[in-house]
Amino acid sequence: MMQTDDTPVLEERTSFFIEDGSLWLPPQSSTTAHEIDGLFYFILYTSTLLTILVTAAMVYFVWKYRRKSHADRPVDVHESKWLELSWVVVPTLLVLVVFFWGFRAYVSTSIPPTDAITINVEGYKWAWNFEYQNGVQYPNEVYVPVGTPIRLEMTSQDVLHSFYVPEFRIKHDVIPNRYSYVWFEAPEEGTYQVLCTEYCGTSHSNMGAKIHVVSRNEYYERRLGPPDQALSLVEWGEQTYTRYSCNSCHSIDGADGVGPSWANVWGAPRPGSPQGEVNEEYVTASILYPQEYMVPGYENGNMPSYDGQLNEAQLAGVSAYIRELSGAATEADRTVLVLSDGQPAEGEAAAGEAAAGEAATPEGEAMTETDE
Amino acid sequence: MATLAPPAPTTTTVPREARAYPVGHEPIHNYLREPRPPDDVRGLARAWAWFKGWALSVDHKRIGIMYLVAVSFFFAVGGILAILVRTELFFVGETIMGADTYNRVFTMHGLIMVFLFIIPSIPATMGNFLLPIMVGAKDVAFPRLNLLSLYIYIAGASIALLSITTGGVDTGWTFYTPYSKETGTAVIAMALGAFVMGFSSILTGMNFIVTIHKMRAPGMTWNRMPLFLWSLYATSIVQILATPVIGITLVLLTMERLLGIGIFDPALGGDPVLFQHFFWFYSHPAVYIMILPAFGVISELMGTFSRQRVYGYRAVALSSVAIALLGFLVWGHHMFTSGQSPVSSVVFSLITFLIGIPSGIKVFNWVWTMYKGSVWLKTPMLYALMFLFLFTIGGVTGIMVGALAVDIHLHDTYFVVAHFHYVMMGGTVMAFLGGLHFWWPKMTGRLYHEGMGKLSALLVFIGFNMTFFIQFIMGSQGMPRRYYDYPDMPWLEPLHQASTIGSYVLGVGLLVVLVNGLWSVRKGKLAPGNPWGGATLDWTHTTTPPDHHNFHHTPLVTHGPYDYEVLFGTSGDSQQGAPVPVVEVGGPQEMDVTVGDGTRQPDSATDM
Repeated sequence: MMQTDDTPVLEERTSFFIEDGSLWLPPQSSTTAHEIDGLFYFILYTSTLLTILVTAAMVYFVWKYRRKSHADRPVDVHESKWLELSWVVVPTLLVLVVFFWGFRAYVSTSIPPTDAITINVEGYKWAWNFEYQNGVQYPNEVYVPVGTPIRLEMTSQDVLHSFYVPEFRIKHDVIPNRYSYVWFEAPEEGTYQVLCTEYCGTSHSNMGAKIHVVSRNEYYERRLGPPDQALSLVEWGEQTYTRYSCNSCHSIDGADGVGPSWANVWGAPRPGSPQGEVNEEYVTASILYPQEYMVPGYENGNMPSYDGQLNEAQLAGVSAYIRELSGAATEADRTVLVLSDGQPAEGEAAAGEAAAGEAATPEGEAMTETDE
Repeated sequence: MATLAPPAPTTTTVPREARAYPVGHEPIHNYLREPRPPDDVRGLARAWAWFKGWALSVDHKRIGIMYLVAVSFFFAVGGILAILVRTELFFVGETIMGADTYNRVFTMHGLIMVFLFIIPSIPATMGNFLLPIMVGAKDVAFPRLNLLSLYIYIAGASIALLSITTGGVDTGWTFYTPYSKETGTAVIAMALGAFVMGFSSILTGMNFIVTIHKMRAPGMTWNRMPLFLWSLYATSIVQILATPVIGITLVLLTMERLLGIGIFDPALGGDPVLFQHFFWFYSHPAVYIMILPAFGVISELMGTFSRQRVYGYRAVALSSVAIALLGFLVWGHHMFTSGQSPVSSVVFSLITFLIGIPSGIKVFNWVWTMYKGSVWLKTPMLYALMFLFLFTIGGVTGIMVGALAVDIHLHDTYFVVAHFHYVMMGGTVMAFLGGLHFWWPKMTGRLYHEGMGKLSALLVFIGFNMTFFIQFIMGSQGMPRRYYDYPDMPWLEPLHQASTIGSYVLGVGLLVVLVNGLWSVRKGKLAPGNPWGGATLDWTHTTTPPDHHNFHHTPLVTHGPYDYEVLFGTSGDSQQGAPVPVVEVGGPQEMDVTVGDGTRQPDSATDM
């Protein structure tokens, strides 16, 4: 597999005022954004006008009819049927226009084209996992082809989340035990920010992800899995630690978090667990089946299951990384291996077969060494 | 309570001419002073007797004042929490607290402000105080039930606050499942607290409806009812019909947590979206429980300070009822992105727009009330004008988030946060403050300081807009709500900082209101009988502050609530007071007797 380092990364937005942005809305980066923006600006301008009219009338009346003496007598005003009728009828017509416009835009923006590429999305505390139809997965980022409708089929592993991309103007709640979807078509390459907009606990605000809109060629490459990387097991673990958002709950400096810190835990006793202490089997079981044993003091059940998301190299890497953090890393943990992490543990995709095979051997060695 | 010390005996310090009470209506039996412990009870026994005199009083006015103290306290607590939330967001990353603390703080801010402050704010304080007086009754229909609802409120609030001791609630005030099922156990205490407080709300609503139906004074026809009563009537309907639903929902949530009945938790086959339906079936009508009383206060303020009949009285009155009824059919607009069926979303969007129309009608009518009037810019009127401006912005942004397609982008962002703060704070709280200044003389017998009042209005206006208008822009730019931090959008930092500084200005403004109130109950000028020249029964037929029994005789109502011409020849000067016309009372006038201080009192005054 070739190395694709030339990802066209859109400049991160650094300032509130940017070239193609406006005061009110972020840049339009999907083909449907303009429909929503059109209505937004129609309501914005109409309401601004209305607010100015009401305020102007108010200020004028306050000044014109201000009380000049305590004995001021107001003029008797009779109610005008036409005046009252006018401020019933005109707003009614206006809101009906807004309703139908909103309805039409809703229909045309929410129904995905039939030729859309489907990508599965799973939300969990506190990260997103993207999975192509061929089984290749990416945590917290996804590569999609430019100018192609993409349909995201979403579900949640634990609580409610909401998938929001401001620049695409798409949002939908992600619900456990249920599928929901959003779709978009990005006409330009770039990187776009995904945000979670349904409150989901401690790291709700850190549950971002990136959508990379790339050329068709690059998309095909990415869909085969991440490129080969020459890393040691410790480095695999370190990479997994940040890529899969382990860092949102587990610290590596001993600081308290949602989950236990990874600092100096290797070999720590875990009474009551099947393994009895923190070892390779214990770490693997904790990642794949977190609900089976919970460390006292951390019985919050917040840890999602990574079953099917991590390959063996990554699983072994996490253990190696924890060993490294406890000063118990072996020589084998630090030996550079050539592995591919785009390969799911089962090894379905043909292109990844070789890499998986490659991975098996050194990994096995690592396992053996730890067991000793 | 100590701050509401009764003013010095008014009859001795102010010449009767200046006070200008109708003959036989001088505040001799001021409700703040009577009933009181006998003079020979001293020391602790006196304090205890004084406490019992308040805590066991079924006088609607004392109950109203006790509610006022309680909701003001919770408003202050909720406000401090809001300041903490804004301070945390001042910088990217951790500023003053961690994520878990922040989540508890914003949740408590929401829960306290919604359940403990804003729902009881106007109905339980000014409603309790004024409703019986405005209909011309001695008390509400069920005075003991009224006291019971105060006790229930305090019990519910205590249970809710207990949740802090068990770890605090971090679900947001919406308790969305399944998060609320998984998180700490404090949710149970909070849910039960809200459940208990619901009964307080229901009982108050029932009391008000019966009072309005059965206890109106002779001549107080439906068309002569002050608009404040119309709005309380509409509010009470919503309170009675909607509150049981949140009660049941919270009980189900508690059962889900304790027994795992599997109604909301998807892991047990439950449906989290069902919870949202249940929750918003109450909580959207609850928005009208919060805003309708404010509409009533604004109607009173616009009428009195324009000295003009409220324009389109009937439209304003009936639109309250229309809003109350339609308000039950729009809850789904909170769920456009939640996974309800798209067809439901379309229907909810349409009804949402229809409910905007009666609100719009009210705003236009209020503005037109000033037309050819005599506009008097006192502090309550400033708050009323602020209400009109802020509520208009809150309303039009409601159209924005009610439009299906646009809401997809704006849902759960700061735009929504700004929108409902414009409606709830810019609407209800402004009306609450305006009404409080307006009826302060009636409640305490003292005038607030006008300069401080105007200063507070200015600070609140500047601070409020600075805090929340910026949040409209942040929201439409994509800032999601309930974010502890904004690591993915550091470019929003300057806007967050401006918003935070605005919240400090707002806090200072509200502090001025508090200082003004505390100062005025001790040092404020004694209030004349009718400082603003109001024409409703509370100003024309009762003393200031009202006597224990409100009226010495059942009043006979001969004019509408805004017929200021009956006050012809009155000044409405807050220093001199409007000489209240000789009132027609139902009882025979010749039964007046001379009381100890030489003034003539109706007979009822002697046999209290």
